[in-house]
Amino acid sequence: MTEPLVMARALVKRFGNFVAVDHIDFDVLPGEAFGFLGPNGAGKSSTMRMIGATSPRSGGELRVLGVEPDDYGPQVRARLGVVPQEDNLDTELSVSDNLYVYGRYFGIPRRQLRQRVAELLDFAQLAERAGDRVNDLSGGMKRRLTIARSLVNQPELLLLDEPTTGLDPQARHLLWDRLHRLKRSGVTLLVTTHYMEEAEQLCDRLVVMDRGRIAAMGSPRQLIERYVSREVVELRFDDEEAPAMASLVNGLAPHTEALADRLLLYTEDGDLTAQAVARRGLKPTNVLVRRASLEDVFLRLTGRQLVD
Amino acid sequence: MSSPAPRVGVTVASPRFARPAALVGRNLMVQKAVPYVWATGLVEPVFYLLSIGVGIGHLVGKMPGPNGAEVPYAAFVAPALLASSAMNGAVYECTTNIFDKLHWAKIYRGVVATPLTPRDIAVAEVASAVVRSALYSAAFLVAMAVLSGTRSPWALLALPCAVLVGLAFAACGFMSACYMRSWTDFDKVMLVQMPLFLFSATFYPLSVFPRWLQLLVEAAPLYQGVAACRELCLGQPSWDIIGHLAYLAALAGAAMAISTRRATKLLTP
Repeated sequence: MTEPLVMARALVKRFGNFVAVDHIDFDVLPGEAFGFLGPNGAGKSSTMRMIGATSPRSGGELRVLGVEPDDYGPQVRARLGVVPQEDNLDTELSVSDNLYVYGRYFGIPRRQLRQRVAELLDFAQLAERAGDRVNDLSGGMKRRLTIARSLVNQPELLLLDEPTTGLDPQARHLLWDRLHRLKRSGVTLLVTTHYMEEAEQLCDRLVVMDRGRIAAMGSPRQLIERYVSREVVELRFDDEEAPAMASLVNGLAPHTEALADRLLLYTEDGDLTAQAVARRGLKPTNVLVRRASLEDVFLRLTGRQLVD
Repeated sequence: MSSPAPRVGVTVASPRFARPAALVGRNLMVQKAVPYVWATGLVEPVFYLLSIGVGIGHLVGKMPGPNGAEVPYAAFVAPALLASSAMNGAVYECTTNIFDKLHWAKIYRGVVATPLTPRDIAVAEVASAVVRSALYSAAFLVAMAVLSGTRSPWALLALPCAVLVGLAFAACGFMSACYMRSWTDFDKVMLVQMPLFLFSATFYPLSVFPRWLQLLVEAAPLYQGVAACRELCLGQPSWDIIGHLAYLAALAGAAMAISTRRATKLLTP
């Protein structure tokens, strides 16, 4: 079996009395895209920082690229790429100098670096903006520059913390395209996200995190099959509170969830269930039949929604 | 479009000294882009020398030097300005700048994701400040030779001495920046820096103070630099210099150790 690039056993991170990461176990295998899905505060970023050797662990075992990140910080970081949640580009430097200077931090020789910077500017579609100041870039461009910067040392493992948060759909799709391209070229991706669409798009395997613990692990398809049904019927109600309606749909689906404004009916055949709802004389303002998503998995596992 | 095609096995080896050097390189790159920041540090002490040393010197006349012999006022005050400008430059360079990079620009968050450690950052920032302060001091020494008639070859040794003052205060500046919570905390730095500048036997000899104040001044860090630079620039070195230099070196070492600890806590929580 191939050695995992990241191996965590009973990993713990505490800040004072607060337990941010609470005894989690997982392996990340070479070449895969591995995701941490969960709401804000679930412990995703703390886990990422421990893997990235910028935060010492409070307990348990952690190996990154075969070694302890706490003992071999510089050596581990030399082989990682990190895209932080918040852009921390060097605003005093131009776009291309950001890449150049970052490469120098990795000890890349100047001549080699100049060529690398040109390649990365192309990859990030920022060649025309090479001389501009970072603050003049749009949010999507800054994000692409941050990703390009994380690749300057040709990392084996790329850590992406909420890579597309705050971006418009077009910018997000462009980023996903770049990440798919990297994955095809053999880079292992580790992604945290609170967007289920992103997790479904990017991740081969993922863990659902909630309150510092791992609630479930598997591929997006496996998780949906294991925890929810194939399809979902969403009933939206206008005046009455949806929870009050919950008893009226009893027996129509193997599992139902009542949210503030709608009922979710988990079923194998959405159209059949929708017809049964109509036969019962219920009059929701809107009926939507859709495929189940990771959002439903999260709701099922935690009783809460992923994004409010 | 080219794909970067990152592949396994590219391990970049960076020797210990090379890591901070990369950040020093970054700082020089930024400073080259804004040349006027260089000018201020050069001009300020020269203005002091002209206005106080030469201007007030006309009214004051002569002052007793370290060995008691009288020297012109400008020659008396110039070495103190050399030491104080090394302090002012280093503190200015380190505190505001570092606080900004730490809390607002968040530049260091990106830096600690590379092989650089918080210690490397502290070393690099202090080194950058020292390089700058050394250039200012060298330029000031030239201005001093011209304006106040310093002629002793010992004065050349005032340069490394001023560099040590810069090192000690740059380390202290980095340390304070690590403990600051808001911009208003800079007033507290000024509250320390200002009296150091005014009372470290800068503008008149220690003998004008009452004994208790003399002891206080003799224990203060800038006084070490002022006393050492004055003895060297006036060509009257004594063994006391060794003590002054040891004090500054110990201060630099302690401040660096605290800075490293604090920066590690802040940047790699």
